[in-house]
Amino acid sequence: MNQNEFMQLVSPFKSKIFRVAKRLLVSTEEAEDATQEVLVKLWTKNEVLSVYTSVEALAMTMTKNYCLDQLKSKRAGNLRIVHTNFTDREAPLQKQVEDTDTMSWVEKVINQLPEQQRLIVQMRDIEQYEFEEIAKILEMNETAIRVALSRARKTIREFMIKTHSYGIG
Amino acid sequence: MELDRIEILLEKYFDGATSIAEEKELQDYFSGDVAQHHEKYKPLFGYFVKEREQQFEQNIPLQTKKRKVVAWLSVAASVVVLVGVGTFAYFNQTQSQDLGTYDSPEEAFKETQKALALLSDHVNTGVESVQYIQEYETAKDRVFVDHHN
Repeated sequence: MNQNEFMQLVSPFKSKIFRVAKRLLVSTEEAEDATQEVLVKLWTKNEVLSVYTSVEALAMTMTKNYCLDQLKSKRAGNLRIVHTNFTDREAPLQKQVEDTDTMSWVEKVINQLPEQQRLIVQMRDIEQYEFEEIAKILEMNETAIRVALSRARKTIREFMIKTHSYGIG
Repeated sequence: MELDRIEILLEKYFDGATSIAEEKELQDYFSGDVAQHHEKYKPLFGYFVKEREQQFEQNIPLQTKKRKVVAWLSVAASVVVLVGVGTFAYFNQTQSQDLGTYDSPEEAFKETQKALALLSDHVNTGVESVQYIQEYETAKDRVFVDHHN
């Protein structure tokens, strides 16, 4: 496979990698680095890629592992970043898009979920993967995924009801 | 869309039991006007749609071709260095082999004699200068007489 063929192969899902990485790492810059890292790693596997039935699923698993490793080493190094303090390059643009504050509240509550639930919400509600695919990517069984997803959605719902009744929403 | 159906779908949604098609139905519903008691979920589904739009536009640094060029460059450079060092050493060696050798044995003998004479001459000069020191020694013995003997 040459470079052009590889780029064509990854172009349908490279943004998905970026969004999943951003869900876990929160900062846009770190997510961009992670995406590049994962794609370069995938390129080095070039010769054996044909063995895999779904390169996309492989890429997503690699992304998940890479980001969780990043988070782990950050914590081990006592460098845990308080994500809310991030000055994000895209922030002003996002603010333009948002008509209300509520969407950033949604983002906040999702990003406060445990990492695994965050990943599952991202893959199901945003990337719209089937449970079967998510199970393959996360190396979990489908029932466990449904349970975690339901838990995450209910946490979000509780929060939405609360903010709504306070008149924020 | 019937409100009852939305109600059922929402319940299923929070139980993690909806299919992708059903979730798309919900998203369609929440992208338009919704019943007042559903207003609170609107930002949630709106957020999902918005998040899906984020794109990754950066270049991917695959760079394998560059790396190959660099590798070949380093190979070429090391070959140049090796050849350079090799020729330098080779020419140096041939120069140092020129020791001023004589071809006829008589001439060589004469030259050797000359060289040895020169050497012994210098050795004798050395011995002469040591004899001065002997002179000092006898003079010292005359002044400092050892009374213990």
